[in-house]
Amino acid sequence: MNKRESLAPARPVTPAGSWIQALRGALVLMVLCGVLYPLVTVAIGALLFPDQSTGSLIERDGRVIGSALVGQPFSAPGYFQGRPSAAGYDPFALSGSNQAPSHPDLRERAAASSKAIAAANGVAPAAIPVDLIAASGSGIDPHISPEAAEIQIDRVSSARGLPRDAVAVLVATHLEGPVLGVLGQPRLNVLRLNLALDALGAQVTAR
Amino acid sequence: MNEVLLIYAVALLLAWPLGRYLAAIYSATPTALDRVFGPVEWLIYRAIGVHPLAPMTWKEYGKALLKLHLIIGLVALMILMQQGWLPLNPDGIEGMRWDLALHTTASFITNTNQQHYSGQAQISYFAHLFAIVSLQVITPAAGMAALVAILRTAFARRDETALTAEGAVSVGNFHADLVRAIVRVMLPVAFITALLLAWQGVPNTLEGARIATPLDASAGLAEQRIPVGPVAPMVAIKQVGTNGGGWYGPNSAVPLENPTPVSNFVETIAIVLIPMALVFMAGYLTGRRRLGVLVMGVMLSLSVLLTGINIWSENQPNAAFADLAAEGPNLEGKEVRFGATATALWGSFTTQTSNGSVNGMHDSFNPVGGASMLMDMFINATFGGVGVGLINFLLFLLLAVFLGSLMVGRSPELYGRALEAREIKLVCIALLLQPLLILGLTALAVAIPGLAGNSNPGFHGLSQVLYEYTSAFANNGSGFEGLGDNTVWWNLSCAVALILGRFIPILAPLAVAAHLAGKRVAPTTSGSLAVETPTFAVLTLGIIVMFALLSFFPVLALGPFAEYLSLAG
Repeated sequence: MNKRESLAPARPVTPAGSWIQALRGALVLMVLCGVLYPLVTVAIGALLFPDQSTGSLIERDGRVIGSALVGQPFSAPGYFQGRPSAAGYDPFALSGSNQAPSHPDLRERAAASSKAIAAANGVAPAAIPVDLIAASGSGIDPHISPEAAEIQIDRVSSARGLPRDAVAVLVATHLEGPVLGVLGQPRLNVLRLNLALDALGAQVTAR
Repeated sequence: MNEVLLIYAVALLLAWPLGRYLAAIYSATPTALDRVFGPVEWLIYRAIGVHPLAPMTWKEYGKALLKLHLIIGLVALMILMQQGWLPLNPDGIEGMRWDLALHTTASFITNTNQQHYSGQAQISYFAHLFAIVSLQVITPAAGMAALVAILRTAFARRDETALTAEGAVSVGNFHADLVRAIVRVMLPVAFITALLLAWQGVPNTLEGARIATPLDASAGLAEQRIPVGPVAPMVAIKQVGTNGGGWYGPNSAVPLENPTPVSNFVETIAIVLIPMALVFMAGYLTGRRRLGVLVMGVMLSLSVLLTGINIWSENQPNAAFADLAAEGPNLEGKEVRFGATATALWGSFTTQTSNGSVNGMHDSFNPVGGASMLMDMFINATFGGVGVGLINFLLFLLLAVFLGSLMVGRSPELYGRALEAREIKLVCIALLLQPLLILGLTALAVAIPGLAGNSNPGFHGLSQVLYEYTSAFANNGSGFEGLGDNTVWWNLSCAVALILGRFIPILAPLAVAAHLAGKRVAPTTSGSLAVETPTFAVLTLGIIVMFALLSFFPVLALGPFAEYLSLAG
């Protein structure tokens, strides 16, 4: 049978017929695009990239500590701190502040965090990298800039009783540069850095 | 800066061959891939009960398009309201309120993806896939089909006009145009993109959220639920199909949706890939390469200009942080891994192409950056949405032909066919509806107390309202998201803007194309207005800029420009 001939004839379609075509078209295409496409992608993707597929989870001692792609709040002085979050780092409440530069609340919030960060790290406000003052877009930005890590090294090392150099080396090894030297910005993953700090602390104690 | 140049260059280099491929698909030129895709298409035609070669008049074509959208809309509406008891809902998400479901449906059948909800918390996996992802594939393909019908009817170089059995002008077959685009372009490109994203870390699973115990218990967050799901296929098609509606509320700013600079590179290129490819396609499909060059020249100039302004603006400090931090770019609402420049580039691309995805919060952009993105959406033809962006451009081109001809004292004609009152009326309706609706609705929302729901005092409050309606009418979908927009007023008024902003600019040009094709061709003389020339390109560019500025300059002055001056002062 010729393929062309086996299709519906090219004759005028009645109004009712065109509604039936639309209904059949909608269902066929929704199944193709909304079921087959995503499920095939999930099946093949999960096969090729099993670790990434479930959210890049990080485990320690058999417990899920978090995800490399989800920032966490840190307040203990012995941990590096991440960026301000408008969502309190809750991944179901994800949000930026959505405040414009002219919003009075933004200025107020920035003044408070500037004062707190300056005091905690013993630096002048003019030395605070802007990513520590500005809230992230997602509310769970896992990264900080190298400058933002730099100003926290003194505080972290003295809170942990570690030599400053040891912490500085840790910071340097966790620095991720732009990909191929072009894409993205230099950055550090705060959760990974803090996990490494804990591991370092455990080593020192064991010795 | 190198990142920006690299992205422009790679996007154009990929778009060129894709444009040739698209032209081959739509002119049904045999290709090596027919063996793979031919049988699939044949199965689909059988299942729908259509003949892919049956000619259609513009009315039949338009009706088939509208009826399909109405039905997929009704199915999506039911699923969104009933998702609570439907399968694949591991996080136990409830059904949507009627007005939110209605707005969401209107938003997704119009290729807009404006979201008055937060996906990870308000949409189940099943609804995400069957009601959202499916529309994200179908609607751009429909926009592309309409563009192709217009191009082949009114712009293609050919000897005779295609006719139906009754002797009316045929614009092609809607089902064939739609199915070819889905099977041969949208799904393969989305699939490849999805795998790249899954590799970079975008979740790609049917499992539910995992619970993590954060490291520093003293910070006050006892547990963290990590929302995952079949995110990669959705993010891929939302980028590729100028959809924009993401899995997570803050879209591709969320590291789970856009984990690395590499994924950001892929997603940024995916925004402009098909819109750019369609310009190349237009040149090949119509047999008028110089028309393709003209369109590309005008669009690229506008794109580079407005993107440049935005990148400059976001590299300026945020005024709220003066004296509180070291001087640096505006990082409020932006992610460290991307920085200000890559976020501004994305913001410009997403508003130029009516994509509407974001990788930073537009509400927190500096005022000039915000104004540049509003301008992108007022123009809405700088590459523009898949299919419809170029249609919008063709409307401006027809207007330029009309005005240009009058300026040199000739009767207006396009490729020898007279542009008369009926065509110009349709062009004007399609163009003028935009300022009328956007400004009218904005005025209503700010004039009636309690409607606006803007979160920002002062000038920026007006910008938030203006942005929302502009985004709805431009079928963009991004927002100044501080706006409290999940109310009955916002859901319904935006739904009106969405529907009119989608279907009038598709149907009116389709009618114009069919009317033009039915006219006798006058021989070209030395006095005819030559369309494919640099002079005419400049005229078109001028008309686009003037049209947008004349319509919207006053409201830009009251919103972002006033905010800029108040901060500078």
